[in-house]
Amino acid sequence: MTRRLAWGVLVVLAVGTLGAGWVAPHEPRSQFDQRSYAPPMRIHVSDADGWHAPFVYKQVLRDRVNRVFEEDRTERVPIRWFAGGRLMAIDPEAGPLLLLGADSLGRDVWSRLVHGAQLSLGAAAAGALMALLIGAVLGALAGATPGIVDTLVTGVADLVIALPSVYLILILRVLMPLVLDTSTVLVMLAVLFAVAGWPHVARGVRAIVATERRRDYAEAARAAGAGRWRVLTHLVPASFGFLRVELVLLIPAFLVAESTISFLGLGFPEPVPSWGLMLRDAASISVMQLAPWLLSPAAALFLVVLALQHVAGTSGVDTISTRR
Amino acid sequence: MTTALPVFVARRVVAAVVFVLIVSAASYVVARLAPGDETSADFLAGMSAADIAAKRERLRLDDPVMAQLGHWLTGLVRFDLGQSSAYNRPVRALVVERGLNTAQLAAVALLLATMLGVPLGILTGAYPGKWWARGVVVVSLGLVACPPLVAALGLLFLAVTLGVWSSVPDLVLAAVALGLPVAAMLERVQSQATSEALQAMDLTAAAARGIPPRRLVWRHAARQSLRPVLGIYGVVIGSLFSGSLAVELVTNWPGLGRLLYDAMVSSDVTLVAGCVVVGAICLATGNLVVDIVRAWVDPRVLESA
Repeated sequence: MTRRLAWGVLVVLAVGTLGAGWVAPHEPRSQFDQRSYAPPMRIHVSDADGWHAPFVYKQVLRDRVNRVFEEDRTERVPIRWFAGGRLMAIDPEAGPLLLLGADSLGRDVWSRLVHGAQLSLGAAAAGALMALLIGAVLGALAGATPGIVDTLVTGVADLVIALPSVYLILILRVLMPLVLDTSTVLVMLAVLFAVAGWPHVARGVRAIVATERRRDYAEAARAAGAGRWRVLTHLVPASFGFLRVELVLLIPAFLVAESTISFLGLGFPEPVPSWGLMLRDAASISVMQLAPWLLSPAAALFLVVLALQHVAGTSGVDTISTRR
Repeated sequence: MTTALPVFVARRVVAAVVFVLIVSAASYVVARLAPGDETSADFLAGMSAADIAAKRERLRLDDPVMAQLGHWLTGLVRFDLGQSSAYNRPVRALVVERGLNTAQLAAVALLLATMLGVPLGILTGAYPGKWWARGVVVVSLGLVACPPLVAALGLLFLAVTLGVWSSVPDLVLAAVALGLPVAAMLERVQSQATSEALQAMDLTAAAARGIPPRRLVWRHAARQSLRPVLGIYGVVIGSLFSGSLAVELVTNWPGLGRLLYDAMVSSDVTLVAGCVVVGAICLATGNLVVDIVRAWVDPRVLESA
C-alpha cells in the first residue's frame, strides 16, 4: 500500500518536474508588484450564493508594514483550467495566482518550487547516474583483478566512505569560483556527487563480481576460452539489481546535499529557483513568523526522500545510514 | 587467527592517525589549489600592491604548493596550525574552541538518540502488534526521511509557532534537530534486531524453560541485538558530523561547520585545513571508540582483524 502510494508521489513529481512550464502558473522569476510575502490564496468552492466551480478571491494589501492581505470578496475569480498553455490560471486583471504564496520579492513560491525541482532533482539524478557508472566500472575492475587494482580501489573507496559526504562535497566545491552560472553549477554538482557517491557503488559491485567469478558459469565461460574481459561481461549483469536499488538510494542523498550546498549559497545562484536556495530565504525567525509558506521546499524535500525510501523497499535505514 | 585486543586497538589507533594525516594534507592541497587565497580580500580592501606582496612573502604564498604543504605539515606535528587571516587569531585556538562546540552538540544529540531510540526499538521489536508500537514506527519512518536541514528548519518553525524559541537554549534546539533522525534510525535498527533475536532458537528454548517474557526481551534479546546495533553506531558518528553542518547553520550554533564555511568563503586556507584536522580527529576518535566497544562486546570482530 505505502509502496504504491510512494510510486504515485514519484510519478506526480516526475510529471510536475518535466512539465514545470505547464504546471507552474507563472515564470519563476516574475516579481509581482505589491505581492511581497503575500499568503497562499485559498481555493473556494462555495460562497453565500451556493456552490461554484473552484474559484479564488483577489488579494488586497491591507497593511503595508505588517504585510496583512485580505480577500476581496465582492467578486469571484474563477480558475481557468488548461488555458493558455498552463494547467491553472486566473484572469491577469485579478492579479497573480499564488497557490503557495509569494516570497520577499513577490515571486510565486509554487512556480519556483516546481521549476526548482527541475534543477534540484536534475543535479541529483545526473550525479547518481555518474556515480553508478564510475562505481560499476571501478567495482567490476576491482572484483575481477585481485591484487594491486583491487587494493587501490578498495582503499580509496573506504577512505571516501569514511568521510561525511556533505563535507567532502563542500571542500571540493572550493576548487571552483564561488559564483558560477546555472549550467556550470549543474555540471559541477553532478561531478561532485559522483565523486562522493561512487565508492558505495564500487564496493557493492566489487563484492558481487568477486563472488560471481568463482561460480560454475564463470568457470564454464573461461573453459570455453573466453578472455578476462569477456567473462566480465557475464559477471556484471549480476549486479544490476544492486545498481537499481543503489540509484534509488543515491538520489535522495544527493538531493539533500544539493539543498545543503545551495542553502549555503555555494550552489545555484539567485534568481534561479532551487530548493536549497529557497530555504535560505525561509531560515530566519522573523520570516518564519511572517511567511511560513516559504518553508514549502522543506516539505517537498521530505516528501521526495520519504517516497524514494519506500520505493527502494528498505526501512529507510539503509538510505540514511550509509549515504549521508 | 585471533588478534589480542591491545594489538587490535594499537592497529586502529595507527590507522586513525594515518586517516587524519591523509585527509588533512589532501584538504590543504585542495584549498590551496582553489582560486583565491589569503590576499584576495586585501586588494578590494584597498591594500597597496607592495603591502600585498609583503604579505604574500610572509605567508610564503608564492612557494610551490608541495613546499607549502611540507611547511604546514611540519607545523602540524608541532600542533601549530598557523594563523587565520580572516580572524587574525591562531588557527589552533579557533578550531579547538569551535570543535568543542560541535563535539558537545554531537555528544548531546548522540545521548538523546540512544536514550530514545534504543528502548523504543526494543519495545517496538518485542510488541509489534500493539497500537503504540505502530505509532512509534510511523513517526520513526517519517523522521528517518528527515534530512538534517529539514529537521532543523522544522523544529525551529515548531518553536516559533509555539512561541517558545526565545526560551529554548540553542543547544537543546540544535541537539534535538540533530538527534531525532538518529534516534529514529536507531529505533528501526534496534527494533529489527530485537525481533530477529526473539525468533532465535535459544530464546525459544529459554521461553520453554519458563523465563518470564519481560526478562526475555530486556535481557536476553537486548544482549543479542547489541552487535547489529553497535554496527550502526559507526555510521551514526559520520551522520552526526554531516548533519551538524546544516543544523549549525540553521540554529546559529557556533560550531566547526560554520567556521569551515566562513573560512571557505573568505579563502582562508590555513583555517580550512585547520577545521578539517579537528573534524577528522573527532571523526576518527568517534569511530575508534565504536570499534573498540564492538570488539569488546563481540570478540568475533577480532577474529577477522
